Amino acid sequence: MTVIVTPSSGHKAGDTEKTDGGGARGRRLPRIPDRIRQGGLPYLLLLPAVVLELLIHLIPMVIGIWVSFRQLTQFFIRNWGNSPFAGFDNYKIAIDFDAPIGQALLHSFLVTCAFTVLSVGLSWLFGVTAAIMLQENFRGRSVLRTIFLVPYALPVYAAVITWAFMFQHDNGLINHVLYDQLGLTDRPSFWLIGNNSFIALVVVSLWKSWPFAFLMLMAALQNIPRDLYEAASIDGAGIWQQIRTITLPSLRPVNQVLVLVLFLWTFNDFNTPYVLFGKSAPEAADLISIHIYQSSFVTWNFGSGSAMSVLLLLFLLLVTAVYLFLTSRGRKGSDV
Amino acid sequence: MRTVRAAAAIALASALTAVAGCGGGSSSGGGGSNESPKTLTYWASNQGPSIEADKKILTPELKKFEKETGIKVKLEVVPWADLLNRILAATTSGQGPDVLNIGNTWSASLQATGALLPWDQKNFDAIGGRDRFVDSAVASAGAEGQDPSAVPLYSLAYALYYNKKMFADAGISQPPATWDQLIADGRKISKDGKWALGAEGANLSNNIHQVFALGKQHGADFFDKAGKPTFTSDGAVAAVKQYIDFMAKDKIIAPGNAEYAQNQSLQDFAKGKTAMVLWQAAASTFASQGMKPEDWGVAPVPVPSGTPGTGQNLNSMVAGINIAVFNNTKNIDGAKKFVKFMTSDAEQKLLNKTYGSVPPVKAAQEDPAFSASDVKVLRDTLATSAAPLPQVANESQFETTVGTAVKGLFADAAAGKPVTTESVKAALTKAQQQMAQ
Amino acid sequence: MSRPRSPIAPPRSFIWTRRVVLTALAAFALLPVYVMVSSSLKPLQDVSGKFQWFPTNLTIRPYFDIWKTVPLAKYFVNSLIVAGSATVLSVVIAVFAAYAVSRYRFRGKRVFTVTVLSTQMFPGILFLLPLFLIFVNIGNSTGVELYGSRGGLILTYLTFSLPFSIWMLIGYFDSIPRELDEAAMVDGCGPIRALFRVVVPAAVPGIVAVAVYAFMTAWGEVLFASVMTNDATRTLAVGLQGYATQNDVYWNQIMAASLVVSVPVVVGFLLLQRYLVAGLTAGAVK
Repeated sequence: MTVIVTPSSGHKAGDTEKTDGGGARGRRLPRIPDRIRQGGLPYLLLLPAVVLELLIHLIPMVIGIWVSFRQLTQFFIRNWGNSPFAGFDNYKIAIDFDAPIGQALLHSFLVTCAFTVLSVGLSWLFGVTAAIMLQENFRGRSVLRTIFLVPYALPVYAAVITWAFMFQHDNGLINHVLYDQLGLTDRPSFWLIGNNSFIALVVVSLWKSWPFAFLMLMAALQNIPRDLYEAASIDGAGIWQQIRTITLPSLRPVNQVLVLVLFLWTFNDFNTPYVLFGKSAPEAADLISIHIYQSSFVTWNFGSGSAMSVLLLLFLLLVTAVYLFLTSRGRKGSDV
Repeated sequence: MRTVRAAAAIALASALTAVAGCGGGSSSGGGGSNESPKTLTYWASNQGPSIEADKKILTPELKKFEKETGIKVKLEVVPWADLLNRILAATTSGQGPDVLNIGNTWSASLQATGALLPWDQKNFDAIGGRDRFVDSAVASAGAEGQDPSAVPLYSLAYALYYNKKMFADAGISQPPATWDQLIADGRKISKDGKWALGAEGANLSNNIHQVFALGKQHGADFFDKAGKPTFTSDGAVAAVKQYIDFMAKDKIIAPGNAEYAQNQSLQDFAKGKTAMVLWQAAASTFASQGMKPEDWGVAPVPVPSGTPGTGQNLNSMVAGINIAVFNNTKNIDGAKKFVKFMTSDAEQKLLNKTYGSVPPVKAAQEDPAFSASDVKVLRDTLATSAAPLPQVANESQFETTVGTAVKGLFADAAAGKPVTTESVKAALTKAQQQMAQ
Repeated sequence: MSRPRSPIAPPRSFIWTRRVVLTALAAFALLPVYVMVSSSLKPLQDVSGKFQWFPTNLTIRPYFDIWKTVPLAKYFVNSLIVAGSATVLSVVIAVFAAYAVSRYRFRGKRVFTVTVLSTQMFPGILFLLPLFLIFVNIGNSTGVELYGSRGGLILTYLTFSLPFSIWMLIGYFDSIPRELDEAAMVDGCGPIRALFRVVVPAAVPGIVAVAVYAFMTAWGEVLFASVMTNDATRTLAVGLQGYATQNDVYWNQIMAASLVVSVPVVVGFLLLQRYLVAGLTAGAVK
């Protein structure tokens, strides 16, 4: 038992990088032309990515930040440059939690946090469970793998509208089962309005994102060297032990990225609530993305919506920084 | 760190260039040019049973126009879900269609952006004069005291559609003319899984349309003369409460309707589950749901007492579609010609007949087709007892905030929570405060 | 390749847990699909009525009507072109970028990775208008029509999937031992050839996973497509909304159309599966 070394692939990569990095440099040093070529090469490799990110993400983001200091309403939409400078007014309104607008934003923020934690947590749990259980070959494995990926292969609109169809009060499948067939509820429940809408939202979001977690984790499992398991079982480790001591630690580097992006996507998810609830989500499911959409697109007040977005950006940056700091501790080697 | 600063500087610089160069709309504030006189792009709204059906209906007409003028019209039927955002993007960038349909409730909002050609005396004269159009329809094309931002194209009003057989079964001989009668009739009908009235409780626009008309009957406007919101006036509160009470107190609307937003109430009606709906031009939908014209009847929307008229006996908003010219058009003369064509007597008769709407052009209304019983009710309502929704720049905010408040109240009512004057007032107060931005 | 993981058969407790859990997960995944299939075989009257597990009036009419209500074939081709191109470009660009980050030390590396990640934090909807402005301005100044064209959408979507693809691939590349490409370079390969000869083949499962992700991101996106496309370039994600019209929601047709357009994607997944689990990396380690 104690003999089992648990070098996760992340650790391993880190170690090799550390030692080999130095070693490689040592080996390469004398070959000067090689070094010069490599000096420019990484930048060349990054160039297309940088240009596109700049064009599609960063410049619009900077414009968004600029707009957040402007009073950009429908009167100035034709010529943004003319919109009056608003200073921090948009921000002040957004974070004045005693006033209705700030209050609504805070409420929406808290709803989003709860929603994200639930959805990401469950998605990861479902994904990792399925991936581990499908790691080993057995009959029906590839069929199941396909089935699990089906939610991911459906267009978002089609999938979510189907759920909306199922969640209907009068004619939906969910009430048909819960009320008509099983009698679990006293009367048909509302899922698309009122407080239950939060549950509906989590279920749909989970259904949509766990296959993705499954896909990523399944790919990551392929990287675990088989000799680790063989060594472990020779040492007498049972299957649960192997999962605990080999599989889960090996998934750490993938988990780190996976949980983070799932968190960011779920937090900013727009498509799901938009298709499920339309332009105005019930209060219990008023996700921040819909809230911001309402505060900007529906009302054509882009200054206010942008200010909210910038606040959100700051919050997510903070969360990410803390997260990366916590999860990277002890494996600095593989970090950049 | 240097890299960070450099990257930031580049990003900022390019961003500012982008913003500075974005004056898509500013270059031609005067109202279009004639750079490309041979083509036009037209964004039509979805009026028929499907996008494809609309294309089939409009294409031959566009061909006619091409024959008359030599101008080729590129048609795109834009789904309702996308139309406003498409217009928004077009407004922002200056890159848009030459001519477009807009929901008439958007008129004032879009007018405020300056993106649409104002229809002053001269422009109206170019299409045959303002007098050709019904007054209430023109009033729904922009803020009072300003030149309209669009021209009425199809007009609609609300009417009460009722199921004749269900009425007969309940021993009711006449459609209700007042709300008291409606409630009394409704109680007779609402039993054994059948309900008297349908509603679209989660459809914000529909909620607004209903409470607007009820508001008028309670002497309430949702905005004062200066355009400030007055959602919490006693009349407004009473109107909203009256609408919600159909479900909460009178129990003549099925609780399930609280989540309807996709015209499910029409399906219930067609299936004989509900006996009445308040709707604009529902005939074609009923037909597609398998109802025969003799199965249902049409009556004016009830009023507090007496017969529909002006003031507190208003019973509908002026609904409909307007046609507008985009200020950035490169074929301004062609665009006006096209509007003239679409609002000509012949096209008005043909298109409104097809879509089951009422022509806002007086001469076209003379056609006997618009005296058939269902369209006649709509026509008379438009002529005598309909008013446009508040023509204010933040109309869409009004729809969102108050529409959401009504939706929330319906959800409460459906869940069996009490709906009181106080809770209605609280919901409307919140809505009004959110307008303050 | 897929030989048993351990020479000892797993205990019964594990097998039973596995059966129960996997059945539950499969049911959860397939429930909406079942609803889609059964609803697509009902006439509209029945679909908009009380839910029934089994259709009482079977009909295949929706499968014919879908082509008439909405130009489904055109939207499908558009989606295929847009999502396909975006995927290929995104994967290629991400492979290059991830290789640079994984294998080289250079100034600005951290800034790059962090900035790329931070783009995932800004609510997407706020990109919409600025991006639209940028596209229109590029069009005005260079004549390259990005607004309303498939090109603009391809560019947008490939950038959407790029950040995650880069991050994910850095992880995969890091786990491929450096000795492999070092050895290739010693054999006389340049770094680019080493990338394609050694690193890419070893990272196939990761690359395929990332490609699937890039494809699905582009395949399902609704908001940007709704504003940035027109009649001729509209994609499926938006086009499917055409079945919910002013008058009626054609539930049975929505379901039928969704199924029809999803079949090729599912088949594609099936074909890719063996690459996903081929475990080439594990083999290469030895």
